[in-house]
Amino acid sequence: MMKSRALLPLVGVAILLGIWAIVNGLKLVDPVLLPSPLSTFHTLWQGMIGGKLGADFLKTVARTVSSTAIAAVIAIPLGILLGSSEKVYRSVEFLIDFFRSTPASAMFPLFLVLFGVGDRTKISVAAFGAALVILFNVAYGVMNARKTRLLAAKVMGASRSRVLFDVMLKESLPQTFVGLRNGVSLALVIIVVAEMFIGSTDGLGQRVFEAQQLFDMPGMYAAIFAAGALGYTLNLLFLVIERRFVHWAGR
Amino acid sequence: MTRPAPRTAAKPADGFDYSHRTAPHVTIRGLCKRYTDATIYDHFDFDIPRGKLISVFGPNGCGKSTLINMIAGLVPPDAGEVLFDGRPLSRVKFGYVFQNYREALFPWLPAFDNIAYPLKLMGVSKPQRKARVERLIERLGVKIDLALYPYYLSGGQQQLVSIMRALIVEPEMLFLDEPFSALDYEMTLFMRDQLQRVFIETSTTMVLVSHDLEEAVYLSDYVLLLSRHPARVVEFVSYDAPRPRTDKTLSEPGFIATKAHCLKLFQREVKRA
Repeated sequence: MMKSRALLPLVGVAILLGIWAIVNGLKLVDPVLLPSPLSTFHTLWQGMIGGKLGADFLKTVARTVSSTAIAAVIAIPLGILLGSSEKVYRSVEFLIDFFRSTPASAMFPLFLVLFGVGDRTKISVAAFGAALVILFNVAYGVMNARKTRLLAAKVMGASRSRVLFDVMLKESLPQTFVGLRNGVSLALVIIVVAEMFIGSTDGLGQRVFEAQQLFDMPGMYAAIFAAGALGYTLNLLFLVIERRFVHWAGR
Repeated sequence: MTRPAPRTAAKPADGFDYSHRTAPHVTIRGLCKRYTDATIYDHFDFDIPRGKLISVFGPNGCGKSTLINMIAGLVPPDAGEVLFDGRPLSRVKFGYVFQNYREALFPWLPAFDNIAYPLKLMGVSKPQRKARVERLIERLGVKIDLALYPYYLSGGQQQLVSIMRALIVEPEMLFLDEPFSALDYEMTLFMRDQLQRVFIETSTTMVLVSHDLEEAVYLSDYVLLLSRHPARVVEFVSYDAPRPRTDKTLSEPGFIATKAHCLKLFQREVKRA
């Protein structure tokens, strides 16, 4: 019973692959546009274990991870600072919400002017987008720290800095992880778009774009799947870290 | 404001003789507190006797919790003064137990570390902290696996952990704000006896806010009956049945009479428009 439940997610995958194989087998769609699942996954496998795709994959991972790391290093302390005083947060809330709502891709030209064509532009735009998402979540986590818990610490004689580090920081952790997960997803989106359009020679975005330009459909689908796997894995990774370090979340 | 002062001092179980210390423990003078829609306290005076357990009881919204929160410094009074043996609160070690144990404990620390946390704030070394928590566990006869995180414990166990956290600094006073009202009845009965045991063991002056008259009378040496706001002392009812009190206490004439007396006063207050 338990075992069959654990296998349920595979049902959807099997259905999708089945439909894909049937459509391909009956030639309902031009096979040039939709290659068979087998040739797609073969290309994915070949590309990942030694082909160009693997190198591009690693390049995108490096960019996404470094932009998220930069965003976290800036946004977490700043979020704690802003969140620990509601007045301070309210005074910059509009700015944060405004730039959070601005599509980061609209900032590419600006960052190109600032940092030139290269990794620095891609990473900094992605870091900018991710930082705002993380900042907003951390600040809210701190602001929504349970009042009773803060009072309890205060009543036990904790100083302001003790309350901040021992209570507010811990209280904000679950929300901080929500921010990190959303931030890394956003960073990946921005990095892939940047790799496609702003003068890149490598990365998954470039791979998808180039494969499409060369009409290499199996290669394009393979790169898309690689990007999907990367996004899913990053999210899962943060979930696992969260379960470990924020074991009390939701209890 | 007149009320009978306790005539005899506490005889704590630890064998020390405190009988020379008959002065009130806490003196409250001219306490005022106004919220936007009502004056809760208007020049309120009261003395809290030493080494006694007093319960604060009164109509809804009369400011029971506000009173202990002002005494414990959680809510600033508009005017007035609270002194502990003539000293301000900042020089007093006290414990506070919240109604909402779930939100008062730190879920990121195991129960043991929760209890030791106030000692950490005081700069006590790690081995010392461990020794003191273990001593307290033994003294109270607590049988909980304190290596667990609080969310693995039952409500009563969590509240017991909060009480222990309040007691670990050996406070001279303990405030309890409806500590058992979030527990089911069975657990409440058990926790009352745990608290009574703590009281007998430590003779700490305790102020308990309660909305349950049976609990208020059963646990306390005095019941402080408050009026509707602005709160006055309706009566400071003494109840001196010997401890440990048990289930039998609940059916003794003295208990029944005291409870009936308090209820009568309470209902008169509630009806007073």
